[in-house]
Amino acid sequence: MNLPEALLYSPSHEWSKLDGDILTVGITDFAQDQLGDVVFVELPTVGTQVSARSAVAVVESVKTASDIYAPVSGEVTEVNSALTDAPETLNSDPYEEGWMFKLRVSGASELDKLLSAADYQKIAEAG
Amino acid sequence: MTKLEHGSSGDFPLIFERSQAGRRAAQPPKPAWESLEVLLGAEHLRAAPPKLPEVSELDLVRHYTGLAHRQFSIDGNFYPLGSCTMKYNPKVNEEAAKLFTDVHPYADPDAVQGALELLHNLQHDLAEITGMDAVTLQPAAGAHGELAGILMIRALHEHNGEGAQRRVVIVPDGAHGTNPATATMVGYDVKEVLTAPNGEVDLEAFKAALGPDVAAIMLTNPNTLGLFETNILEIARLAHEVGAQLYYDGANTNAIVGRARPGDMGFDVVHLNLHKTFTTPHGGGGPGTGPVGVKAHLREFLPAPLIKRDGSRFDYDYNLPHSIGRMRSFHGNFGNLVRAYTYIRALGREGLAQISERAVLNANYLRVKMREIGFETAFDRVNMHEFVAQPPKGMKTLDVAKALLDYGMHPMTMYFPLIVKEAMMVEPTETESLETMDAFVEVLADVLRRAEADPNFLAEAPYGTPVRRLDEVKAARKPVLRYADG
Amino acid sequence: MNYLPHTSEDLERALSVIGVESIDALFADLPESLQKPELDIPEGLDEVSLLRHLRALAAKNKAPQANFLGGGLRQHFIPSVTPHLAMQSEFVTAYTPYQPEVSQGILQATFEYQTIMSELTGLPVSNASMYDGASSVAEAALLAVRHTGRRKVVVSQGVHPESRAVLATYARPLGIDIVEISLSELTTPKPETMADAACFIVQNPNFLGYLEAMPPLAEAAHAAGALFVAVCDPLTLAVLAAPGDYGADIAVGDGQTVGNPVSFGGPHFGFMVVSEPLLRQLPGRIVGETTDRDGRRAFVLTLQAREQHIRRSKAKSNICSNHQLTALMAAVNLSALGPQGLADVATKSVQNAHVLAARLAEAGLEPLTEKPFFNEFAVRTPVPATELRRALAEVGIAAAVPIPEAYGLGDVALFSATELTTEDDMTLLTGALGRILAVQGEPVLEASYD
Repeated sequence: MNLPEALLYSPSHEWSKLDGDILTVGITDFAQDQLGDVVFVELPTVGTQVSARSAVAVVESVKTASDIYAPVSGEVTEVNSALTDAPETLNSDPYEEGWMFKLRVSGASELDKLLSAADYQKIAEAG
Repeated sequence: MTKLEHGSSGDFPLIFERSQAGRRAAQPPKPAWESLEVLLGAEHLRAAPPKLPEVSELDLVRHYTGLAHRQFSIDGNFYPLGSCTMKYNPKVNEEAAKLFTDVHPYADPDAVQGALELLHNLQHDLAEITGMDAVTLQPAAGAHGELAGILMIRALHEHNGEGAQRRVVIVPDGAHGTNPATATMVGYDVKEVLTAPNGEVDLEAFKAALGPDVAAIMLTNPNTLGLFETNILEIARLAHEVGAQLYYDGANTNAIVGRARPGDMGFDVVHLNLHKTFTTPHGGGGPGTGPVGVKAHLREFLPAPLIKRDGSRFDYDYNLPHSIGRMRSFHGNFGNLVRAYTYIRALGREGLAQISERAVLNANYLRVKMREIGFETAFDRVNMHEFVAQPPKGMKTLDVAKALLDYGMHPMTMYFPLIVKEAMMVEPTETESLETMDAFVEVLADVLRRAEADPNFLAEAPYGTPVRRLDEVKAARKPVLRYADG
Repeated sequence: MNYLPHTSEDLERALSVIGVESIDALFADLPESLQKPELDIPEGLDEVSLLRHLRALAAKNKAPQANFLGGGLRQHFIPSVTPHLAMQSEFVTAYTPYQPEVSQGILQATFEYQTIMSELTGLPVSNASMYDGASSVAEAALLAVRHTGRRKVVVSQGVHPESRAVLATYARPLGIDIVEISLSELTTPKPETMADAACFIVQNPNFLGYLEAMPPLAEAAHAAGALFVAVCDPLTLAVLAAPGDYGADIAVGDGQTVGNPVSFGGPHFGFMVVSEPLLRQLPGRIVGETTDRDGRRAFVLTLQAREQHIRRSKAKSNICSNHQLTALMAAVNLSALGPQGLADVATKSVQNAHVLAARLAEAGLEPLTEKPFFNEFAVRTPVPATELRRALAEVGIAAAVPIPEAYGLGDVALFSATELTTEDDMTLLTGALGRILAVQGEPVLEASYD
């Protein structure tokens, strides 16, 4: 299971990377593997205020659709619209080119609840 | 069983690829000389005609006959799809439907007394079969019936001043997807209750979910595991105690028809799928028909009109003061109502009970036979009209299903209900013979043998069908949804 | 009569394999109080008695000598080849094509249907069909609400009253606000009416049969950021401007007229065709093209993640069954007719309707308006339209669909002609009208439409 140490994780299989007050969010390698070939990505609208644990995006494979949740509260500042035309990037490069959206964090204290790679690995392995 | 042949190389042409400008099949009456520019005004007319196919009648016949030969059907194949009730569709139903094809819904009621009488009789028969007090025939499909039913429940709560308070619909985790989708369409929140280890609704979890905010509970009984909810009378009592309404998803009525009635179980609203229990054809995906029965306290909320009898005369009854309104235009899928009525009158009351008796007999026979050759069943108890099996360890349901296609057998329902891993939901129906089910089991055994001998056998199957496994990822990533010339 | 294969030996064998004594033992899970209800249903019939019963019921309907009934459904020419091909066992008794390897017949036919509907409407993306015209109008409104995030729907009163009724049923629990525009106000919808609308729904030809000037209405919708929904009869699209041509975002309607009998109102099918940006919002089944593992062209249900069996409570609609077989009837029928045949049907229907309107005017039934109409039109009736309909029915003529009172037009009836209408039919009608109206009083004129 490829889980970069530098990232933060959510039990619902998102990774997050904090840079200043901007949080970049995507799905984990484990999640993309479970989903199978991603065929469509529905991204949030820039400017939307989201609260922690709310569903903000959708990733579809042929036979499933999974909600992607905001790890913390904040405002959507950017989305990776390249995924619209190339959803397969989520499978091939989930941690770099496959990032999904960026949030300006408003609930900084919520960051403390995110998991380390080791803690997330335990959750993912438990299924 | 009818097997479909892997055709010669090359694609089966689209009707558009057979088209040659100037050819035509049907010849309608010739128009007169007046131009549409004059009659309608040039600004209303289209610049270029639509590019419809131009083919001779024989081209057309070869095309659709060829397509029919690329298609499994009940008439050609064993079709044990769980939850779908793929039973034989009697031919006499089709003859009956033809007797009414020219009747217009806006004709004077006195000119359509036969159609109205038939609808009135069917309202009565379905109320009797379900144990309900009134029936609407309007909904066009099972999901459409669910929508009508939950709309009526909402209207009832609003009428009682509890509209704002009751926001939740409870569904079991094994429910058909239409149940939660319907609740959402009516503006309700969905709460799922878990299935207990015995395969039934977990009564403690159910009690915990109940409260003054619950509008309705949607249940299928027998449930999607093919098991009868033995606590149903207690469930109904508990539901009514908190003022909630109990909704019966009729998808599995084939298990109980003639032997037990949802109304007697305590359900307030019932929908039926006439294309399942009552033999109207599935038609490759529809039209279905989803009549809804209700207890007396919900009658005034039914979609209008109903059909009423006044002495020997039949007429429309719009006197439903709290009606939820129309669910669809006219009087529902009338042609299918004729087919279902024909079936009910052919069978009569003894015949109706035999449906469920033989459906349950066949399903249990097949369950035991499949266990004998190594399939697991999720719950080792007597099931109703269907059961959920699992392939022997290490095999994927999808692969076993695809292998069946080469033998001319349609697979069972796969990966449903979601609560059983590698689920194979099997429903043989009452119209299949023991020989057919024996043949199915032999085919399954052969598939298992070949899979053991050659590990790649299953992954590659099917081999001889008109097309082999499809690239569904490609279809979804770059959708091509119509023919584009050149 | 039943359709069961079991011999008494079969029953014994099956019970012994299962290991139970009797069929009743298989129902032991059912509480005793539920067991074996007494049903008030007659005894079963043999096939001869059964057909005798059904023919007796059918005989209680009066088959008209001449038929001018419309109101959205009309009897048009269906060539013999259409039902012969569409009603083949393989199509009639197939399930939804979830196993594409053995369902290429239904899947390819649906792909062809989608192409035909796309051609007729001038919009790129069709689903595999809906229940009927009315529910497709309602689903179009829900689509627009999802897409725009707005909660108001503006609808012309020219939309079929039953479609508007179904729309109201669907919209009410979701708190969607419906604003109706009367026919007299329709030509210039007020900006404040259109403001914040999710969509503007207009039927052309309208319920009364008249043509609407669609391009400026589409513009008015778009100016307010609303989607424009055209409700249309596919038969008219042989010759009328396509919704896509005047900027409609969604085309919906009932497909009965292009290949299915009226059948007392169903089953027919509804259609929904949308512009490219609305693709992912489309409810219901959709067939797409792909290839199989040997590289052959093949068809498959696609974009299924929108649907209830996957999304459950977050699905775009709860629709599951579509109207596959009746949509197939239309696809076969339209392929049989081709562009010229369909244009001939449409043209002849328009011509006959104009002859009929002139005859009715001569017989004393004045047209409601001088606006251009397709093959249905409204006339003022000197007696309530329901009475006129009954009087005509008594002499074997099916005609005069009453216009609902809600229009406020007084006594008005719809008449329709098709390519099947003959000179003799019209003579029969005008003769009967002469006799009926001779014994009635003078007409009372009410509110105008123009």
